[in-house]
Amino acid sequence: MNKGSSVEKSFLQHLSVGWFLAKRDIQRANIWTTGLIVLVMTLTFLNLVVVSGILVGLIEGSENAQKTYAIGDMVISPFLNRSYIIETPTVVNIVKTIPGYKNHTVRYTGSGRFESDYKSTIKPGENRNGAGGAFMGIDPIQESSFSSIGKFVIRGSYLTEKDQDSVLIGKNLLYEFTPIEAPGFQTLKNVSVGSLIRVTVGENSKEYTVKGIISSKVDEFDTSVVALDSEVRKMIGRDDLNAGTVAIQLLPGTDPVFAKNFLVQNGVDQYARIQTAEEAFPKFLKDIKNTFNILGNAISGIGLVVASITIFIVIFVNAITRRRYIGILKGIGIHKRAILFSYMFQAVLYALSGAIIGFILVFAVIKPHFTANPIDFPFSDGILVATVSGTLMRALVLLITTIFAGYIPARIVIRQNTLSAILGR
Amino acid sequence: MIKINNLTKRFKSGDHDIYAVRDVSFTVPEGQFLAVTGKSGSGKSTLLYQLGLLDTPTEGTIIIDGVDVSSVSDDDRTMIRLNDLGYIFQDYAILPSLTALENTMLPLLMQGCSQQEAEEKSKKALARLGLLDRMNNLPSQLSGGQQQRVAIARAIAHAPKVIFADEPTANLDSETSASVIQSFLELNKEGQTIIMVTHEPEYALLAHRTIVMADGVIVNDHLNK
Repeated sequence: MNKGSSVEKSFLQHLSVGWFLAKRDIQRANIWTTGLIVLVMTLTFLNLVVVSGILVGLIEGSENAQKTYAIGDMVISPFLNRSYIIETPTVVNIVKTIPGYKNHTVRYTGSGRFESDYKSTIKPGENRNGAGGAFMGIDPIQESSFSSIGKFVIRGSYLTEKDQDSVLIGKNLLYEFTPIEAPGFQTLKNVSVGSLIRVTVGENSKEYTVKGIISSKVDEFDTSVVALDSEVRKMIGRDDLNAGTVAIQLLPGTDPVFAKNFLVQNGVDQYARIQTAEEAFPKFLKDIKNTFNILGNAISGIGLVVASITIFIVIFVNAITRRRYIGILKGIGIHKRAILFSYMFQAVLYALSGAIIGFILVFAVIKPHFTANPIDFPFSDGILVATVSGTLMRALVLLITTIFAGYIPARIVIRQNTLSAILGR
Repeated sequence: MIKINNLTKRFKSGDHDIYAVRDVSFTVPEGQFLAVTGKSGSGKSTLLYQLGLLDTPTEGTIIIDGVDVSSVSDDDRTMIRLNDLGYIFQDYAILPSLTALENTMLPLLMQGCSQQEAEEKSKKALARLGLLDRMNNLPSQLSGGQQQRVAIARAIAHAPKVIFADEPTANLDSETSASVIQSFLELNKEGQTIIMVTHEPEYALLAHRTIVMADGVIVNDHLNK
């Protein structure tokens, strides 16, 4: 009898036998059943990554649009008690010296009232059809190289430097695109390319021809009437070059915080407010992003619970229908830990297969697809936000959850009496 | 040597106690081929399960090579089964997802043998039972007799001290049964201790000794000629 000399089977030995059993169980299992389990795990993984990724991507798409088309990597705007940037030409000259500077655009802004039926006679007490919004002045060439705004002109054409009497109009100001009639909020009816509108800024009014309609999903343009910078300066009564906004693009890899510090060190903060894009994003956008993140995680959490239950059921059914198999294993001296490992290995293999297939789908198919074809949400082009590290973390969470989900049912079945399991009673 | 003292296995059935095995004592010397026989329900299989540490006796002791194994922990029982005992069940009890070779290798791997060592020992055991050409077959591809021989190969591959066989020929035709018994006789000739439960008197007679049970007690214990 060598009971005394029998050594405790090492952890690694149990792992090795567990792997031996798991490998053969999976190899010789019904391929359709295995395929179905892996499919469920793949869908669960996609649910973990894609649902929250799209929810966050919806806002990030909006932020990206803001950065790309409106504010760039950083923006200089007037102090809150001013309507213009002091010494704008000086500021612009400093901006051009930022290490990593790529491009900039200068915009002039005033509040305007826009009317379409100003030539018709109205009855006493009636209001003319009109809308309020920003009257933005741009240098068409500079703005086009900065924001490519020209590509968002969905009807008509973009401004040239000679278009003193023409404007572009944002779609949110047009009833055709934004059919809202509420007290205090009106949109322009019967305005299309070629229509005349009257723009009033303070005491100044001028008639312009609508040259194009903009649809950019960036509020700066969609709620504005855009004209040449010289026109806007005239209308808002500025005879200097002090502008409303200077938006700046940096070369890839340049830290906006570093650029901001550079501007501060060069005294720009005495003339205007300097913000990185992150700082300039509206607070509601940040709040929505956080909310969607929480929502996405909650939905992912539910997905994780579903995955756990799936694995639990698969392993439990597998173990319970193979009670006798487990009984025989124990009967011939296979340690229960090795049997437990065999079930946990199976659970891990299912989860790993699902995660690997899901990972490939996310980065080779779904993410590139959404990048090339963003989801057309009303206020943004929704993309899929999925980082490699974040996705790997989710795969790890799925794996750990699956290990527990596989461990519990296997342990329940393995603890049963060996002889009862062998005899099936 | 196996020494059994006052072994009792009692089950509860409502308010009543049912004795499957009652106050049984005997000794099995090393190298003996013992047949345990008796009618259905006589307690012979229950006795085998207690001896083989697949079940725990209600009372009494089982001493193998001087060590009382009747009250050891579950993990220790598993280890004793792995290292010192071999089992052959009536319905073969080989694992359906493993080939004949893998079934035979499994206890050896659990003992800590390398893959190569386990494979060599298993092949030797399978060759001895004439199954080398079927070693890569799954149980579903083997006949009943072949499956039982795989079970024997698995039971002997790790050179256990005692082999327990629970009606090993019950599901086999007479020709295959004879070859299985022949295998036992050959193993025993080499010094292997075998305890076999059978309800077939002609096979019991081939053993060194026969214990006859009825109603959970030994009614006859004799050496065969």
